[in-house]
Amino acid sequence: MAGYLLIESRDPLESSDVASDFYDLAAGLARRGEPVTLFLVQNGVFPARRRAHAGVLDAVARAGVEVLADDFSLRERGIPSDRLDPHVTAAPLDVVIDRLAEGRKALWH
Amino acid sequence: MATKKTLAFLLMDAPYESARTTTAFRLIDAAVRRGHDVSVFSYEGAVALSFAKQAPHPNAVHGRDVAQEDHPNPKDWIGALAAQADRSGGKLTWINCGLCVDERGVGEVVPGVGRGSPVDFWKSAEAADNTLVIPTKG
Repeated sequence: MAGYLLIESRDPLESSDVASDFYDLAAGLARRGEPVTLFLVQNGVFPARRRAHAGVLDAVARAGVEVLADDFSLRERGIPSDRLDPHVTAAPLDVVIDRLAEGRKALWH
Repeated sequence: MATKKTLAFLLMDAPYESARTTTAFRLIDAAVRRGHDVSVFSYEGAVALSFAKQAPHPNAVHGRDVAQEDHPNPKDWIGALAAQADRSGGKLTWINCGLCVDERGVGEVVPGVGRGSPVDFWKSAEAADNTLVIPTKG
């Protein structure tokens, strides 16, 4: 199994289904032992800020999900990489292409 | 690049309306720079991305003429992506949904852009190593 690539482009405060559906999906897949990357992009990077949204990404990361945030989207929104939640790593968008090339099953939200 | 792959993308957003379009162009750029073959199927409003009559405009509010404003048009980005694919040893194939084109009257497209139906997306996904659908916000 090549694993999953979940791309979240929305802020949980913008769309109520982000945390309840998409984050849960990522965590659930990881708990089944699948390699899962949650890639945050556009407004999806807002929860990557340290102490943002009451640590909504903590449970996702604790489930074993690799949580990455698009470095360009972070810069656009004035979020420096040293202010990120410790569970989140800034990454270039190229990572998405590399994961696709690896054969990860990809889902955009 | 370790291995050349074929990646398929489906775009749905019209130009100038969503950050998804910018991200999609960035993704396609990253893929072609790595030498991958890329097929794009434009659906719904995304068929206007390749409309040949897009024109840059001046900005009267800021007192800039056309050259100073340097307004970007996505039709030019499509050409730039195809050129980058050539330089990187890959190929960019761009197909518009024909019915979506007719509905919007955007049949005049930049060179290299083809016309098809959703069946062409299914074929490209079948032929690709992986596929990413970037849907409109529901």
